[in-house]
Amino acid sequence: MEKNKVAANCKVLIIGGSAGSLHVLMDILPNLPAIRSFALVIVLHRKHSDDVTLEELLKIKSKTPLKFIEDKMPFEPGFLYVVPSNYHLLFEKNGTLALDSSEKVNYSRPSIDVSFEAAAEIYSSNVIGILLSGSNADGTAGLQAIQKSGGTVVVQNPTSADMPFMPNNAIQNMIPDYILTTEEILKFILLING
Amino acid sequence: MIEDIELDTFINDVYEYYGFDFGNYSRASLKRRVNRIMQLDGFSSFYDFLSKVKYEADYYKRVVDEITVNVTEMFRDPSFYKVLRNEILPVLATKPFIRIWHAGCSSGEEVYSMAILLNEAGLLHKSILYATDINSKVLETAKKGIFPLRMMKDYSENYRDSGGQEDFSNYYIANYGNAKFSEDLIKKMVFSQHNLVSDTSFNEFDMIFCRNVLIYFDNDLQSRAINLFDQSLSILGFLALGTKETIKYSIGQGKYKQVQKEKLWRKIK
Repeated sequence: MEKNKVAANCKVLIIGGSAGSLHVLMDILPNLPAIRSFALVIVLHRKHSDDVTLEELLKIKSKTPLKFIEDKMPFEPGFLYVVPSNYHLLFEKNGTLALDSSEKVNYSRPSIDVSFEAAAEIYSSNVIGILLSGSNADGTAGLQAIQKSGGTVVVQNPTSADMPFMPNNAIQNMIPDYILTTEEILKFILLING
Repeated sequence: MIEDIELDTFINDVYEYYGFDFGNYSRASLKRRVNRIMQLDGFSSFYDFLSKVKYEADYYKRVVDEITVNVTEMFRDPSFYKVLRNEILPVLATKPFIRIWHAGCSSGEEVYSMAILLNEAGLLHKSILYATDINSKVLETAKKGIFPLRMMKDYSENYRDSGGQEDFSNYYIANYGNAKFSEDLIKKMVFSQHNLVSDTSFNEFDMIFCRNVLIYFDNDLQSRAINLFDQSLSILGFLALGTKETIKYSIGQGKYKQVQKEKLWRKIK
C-alpha cells in the first residue's frame, strides 16, 4: 500500500460508524499514540440524548486529547473531535467547526454523509474517510464525495463488522481505496501517523 | 454541490432584489441549505434556480423559509429545563413582572415549554413571553399552538426528565392527530417578526432565549446578535443559548457569569 503520499497529505482523518462500531474504536483508539500532524474526527450514530457519555468514554481511551465541540471553535491538528449528539458537524473555510441542528439525514443526526461531504468540500485531497460497521446506508454518499475530491477512502471489511450492511452498501456503490479489518485499520492509522 | 462563486452570487442577488442579507450566515450551513432546497424543488441548474428566486417573490419567500432552519422541540435538552425550573424560576419569582424574549422561536415549542414552567411555578399570571422569528410561516404555527400529536410522547418524556410532575396531556386537547395547547398559555404570548441580522432591540427583558439559532451565523453576526441581547437584557437578567453555543467569542469576560455547566449566563454588570 503506497501510504507515504496519503500520510504526508492527511489533515483530517474522519471516521464514521453506527451499530457495532463503538468496540472497533475501543480496539483502535487506545493503541494509537498521541496524533500530532492531523485532526481525528469521529461521527457516531447515537441515541438521542443531551449527555456527553460517548465523549467522556472516548476521551479516556484516547492518547490524543479530546476537544468537546462547540460551534465556531477552531479546528486544529493534534486533537480528537467527537460529533455531539443531535447536531450535524460542518467545516468552515476559515478553519473553524460549525454545528447544524437541521433535519436528520439518513434518519440520523449526526449524519456521517453530512460531515464526510463537508470535510471533502473544505479539505479535499487532505481527507481520509473511514466507514465502519452499521445497519444504515449513511456514509456511502460521503465517501463518494471524499473520493471525488481526491481524498482517500477506507471501508471496514464487512466480514469483520458486527453489522456489515453499512460497509457493504459502500462497497456496492463505489470502489474504496482500502477494505480493512479492525487490526488493519489500526496499522493503517499508525502508518499515516508516521 | 453549488460552487462558492454561485453561493456568492445568490447572496448578492438576494440582497440586491429583496434587501435580505445572508452575507454573515455560516457559509458551510448556508451552502447545504441552498443545495437542499434546489434538490427538493428539482433544480439541476443553479442559474434556473437563481432566476426563479429573483423574479418570483413568492418563490423567494419559500426559499428563505426553507433556508432558515426550523427544527425545534418541547423541553429540548431536559437537563437545561431542570436548571431553569430549580435555579432560575425562583430568582425570576422575586420580580413584580417577568418579561421573556424567545429570539428565533421557530414554531414556538420552547415558548410553550417555558409557559408551562412559569405556570407550574405560579408565575405565568405576571409574565409575558415575546416570541420572534424571521420566518412568518412558523410564527403562524406558533400562534395557533397546534402541534402534531405524534410528537407528544417524546415531549412528555422530555417534560418528565426536566422535572415535570403533572400529567403532560393536561396541557393540550388531542384532536384529529393534533395537540392544541391551552389558551391560558397562549394568551401570555406575543408573536412578531424580527430579524436578528438587521433589527434592533425593542424592549428590556429579564430572560432571553436564543437556542440553536446562532450556530447558523458566522462569528461577526453572532457577536452582533449577542450584543443585541446584551442591550436588551436587564442587569441580573439571564441569557440562554443552545447546548453547543457560547458567548465567549463575542463578549468581554467578567460581564456574564455562567450558571452551573448549562449554556445559561447571568448578566452581572
